[in-house]
Amino acid sequence: MSGPASGKTASSKPASGNQTSTGASAAEQALVKASVRSGWLLSTPALVLLALAAVGPLLIMLVYSFLTPGEYGNVEWGFSTDAWTGILFTRDVFDDTLRLEDAHLSILWRSVKLSLMTTAFTFAVGFPTAWFIATRPQRQRGLWLFLITIPFWTNLLIRTLAINEILRTEGLLNNILIGLGLITEPIQIIYTDTAVFIGMTYVYLPLMVLPLFAAIDRFDMRLLEAGYDLYATRLQVLRRIILPVVKPGIIAGSILVFVPALGAYVTPRILGGGKQMMIGNFIELQFGQGRNWPLGASLSVTLLVIVTAALLVYVRFANREVTRG
Amino acid sequence: MNQTIAISAQNVIKAFGQGDHAVRALDDVSLDIRKGEFFTLLGPSGCGKTTLLRLIAGFEMPSGGTILLDGADITTLPPNKRPVNTVFQSYALFPHLTVAQNVAFGLEMLGKSKSEVTARVAEMLALVKLEPLAHRKTSQLSGGQQQRVALARALAPQPKVLLLDEPLSALDLKLRKEMQIELKRLQTETGITFVFVTHDQEEALTMSDRIGVMSAGHLQQVGSPKEIYTRPKNRFVASFIGETNFLGATRDPMGYRLDCGIVVQAPAAQADRVTLTIRPEQLRLVPEAEGDIPAKITNLVYFGTDTHCHMSLPDGTEVTARLQSPSDGESGLQIGQGIGLRFVPGALQVLEE
Ligand SMILES: Nc1ncnc2c1ncn2[C@@H]1O[C@H](COP(=O)(O)OP(=O)(O)OP(=O)(O)O)[C@@H](O)[C@H]1O
Ligand SMILES: [Mg+2]
Repeated sequence: MSGPASGKTASSKPASGNQTSTGASAAEQALVKASVRSGWLLSTPALVLLALAAVGPLLIMLVYSFLTPGEYGNVEWGFSTDAWTGILFTRDVFDDTLRLEDAHLSILWRSVKLSLMTTAFTFAVGFPTAWFIATRPQRQRGLWLFLITIPFWTNLLIRTLAINEILRTEGLLNNILIGLGLITEPIQIIYTDTAVFIGMTYVYLPLMVLPLFAAIDRFDMRLLEAGYDLYATRLQVLRRIILPVVKPGIIAGSILVFVPALGAYVTPRILGGGKQMMIGNFIELQFGQGRNWPLGASLSVTLLVIVTAALLVYVRFANREVTRG
Repeated sequence: MNQTIAISAQNVIKAFGQGDHAVRALDDVSLDIRKGEFFTLLGPSGCGKTTLLRLIAGFEMPSGGTILLDGADITTLPPNKRPVNTVFQSYALFPHLTVAQNVAFGLEMLGKSKSEVTARVAEMLALVKLEPLAHRKTSQLSGGQQQRVALARALAPQPKVLLLDEPLSALDLKLRKEMQIELKRLQTETGITFVFVTHDQEEALTMSDRIGVMSAGHLQQVGSPKEIYTRPKNRFVASFIGETNFLGATRDPMGYRLDCGIVVQAPAAQADRVTLTIRPEQLRLVPEAEGDIPAKITNLVYFGTDTHCHMSLPDGTEVTARLQSPSDGESGLQIGQGIGLRFVPGALQVLEE
């Protein structure tokens, strides 16, 4: 990533210098051209890497999504749009008509819903947390941030299994609640949307807290006094000053949570059991037991499109909010 | 209550910290600030100026005492309920808002109608000459422009009192001089009571109607710039405002006997042992035989318009006289030369210890 960026700055400086001097000599122009060229040259490795790692697989996915599935997985070289219609529809075996596939719809809906809920909830919890940390004395902050990032030190699978251990029917939570006499029968949390939501909130909370912390840390606390001085109530200070100023942190945190949440695989797999699938699990299914690689590919591309569209809408919306004040 | 008093601080105490670590930032300060005046709090760093201002603004609660605004007790009122606005030293402009939106903020919080806000913002921007920049973000402004935005923002809600905490200290000298004039103009035009904090004595003298000199949490003296300069109450005030000479003296039937043995006239005081003070420009140099006090020149420092002549008296006391430099720059004085000193009549002041 730094390759193209540094190449750009290296080339833009002589170029702007050239614009200001009225009679730029041919030699000077050649120099500018050379530096533009060397800028591209320097960023070539990064561009190649980007092409191979990002664009390549994407193209493969796109191509696969228009092929027909092989009997034992993989693809066969025959053009078909079945993988695309298959996202939302099933083809009737008898009369070949298309029917909306409820199961697919509910998976898509659950993915979007749980991701949005996770984003909203991690924000609701993460904002006060980040505020708390950012307002600690400098010496204590390191410790708090360390505590927040501890989960990163353990494998996601193990953390999720630990949550499973807490939530399952004979798990810690139910035992405690029964022990306290609050309930008599264990409550079914595990293998529900709630379990997936709890798990994802836990897993993605640090991704919300850290960018929020960075933004709040840069927030000039004297603005609060300026707000109160100008007759704002606490709520108005929050809405009119704090939130707009730390907005970049909110955007960053929301993206960092929403994007991986939408494609989550491990958490819904373990906490949702086999039934409460999200797109990630559904895609995996197509490449595994489902033996429908084209459908897996078309679903992957769809996921990418949803994420990109959501981001575009979100950023556009957030920016308008900022300029509107 | 006296209707001409805007702010009245009565026996105000502010302590920070507890137990052994407690600091009395303000120690029994009583002060009346009149309506419509340009009042300056002047004092060295750490003397409690900001603390007093923050108590008036409501950002801090006093540990003791009362603060009145127009005769009403506002001691425990939160800052957003006080008709008092602040120009912060750091300006504290809202970075996500434009110049106009910054100025509008207080008015909107007060629930003013849209048309009223628009009109008032335009009026304020005209007052501080910022109309062309109304739609800029504040981060794109120079220091002086940000200063003006801060002023316009604080003046827009028409506060009863405007508090300014060293608003000019971040500006360079030239801009500072301009803004001093600008501030004074704004204060006269709006008629709003200004409470201005500075540790720059020249700034205080040139701008204020009255000055309160503070030191170590105490209010040392309150008075007009002239009073403070010509009749300082104590040694701190005398030395903090301008340069001055101190002469030890004891009471004598004829007046005061200086430590060098000469008897001089000065306003009577209680104590037997006093310190007299006289400004360097109120010392006259005459030929040795014609002077009241003999002195010896120890140093001459040329400052352009004037020359500082350092002398020592027979008892070793050091005094400085400020003389206007002659047009050719040659004062005719020499280091080591004996000379006669005379005091301008009435210039000697007696200080309370
Ligand atoms: N929040 C606080 N906690 C502890 N001590 C404080 C606090 N605020 C101020 N003080 C102390 O109170 C005293 C007065 O501080 P204040 O800020 O009022 O001084 P000042 O006159 O404004 O100085 P300066 O000219 O440097 O701004 C200082 O000794 C300071 O250390
Ligand atoms: Mg201060």
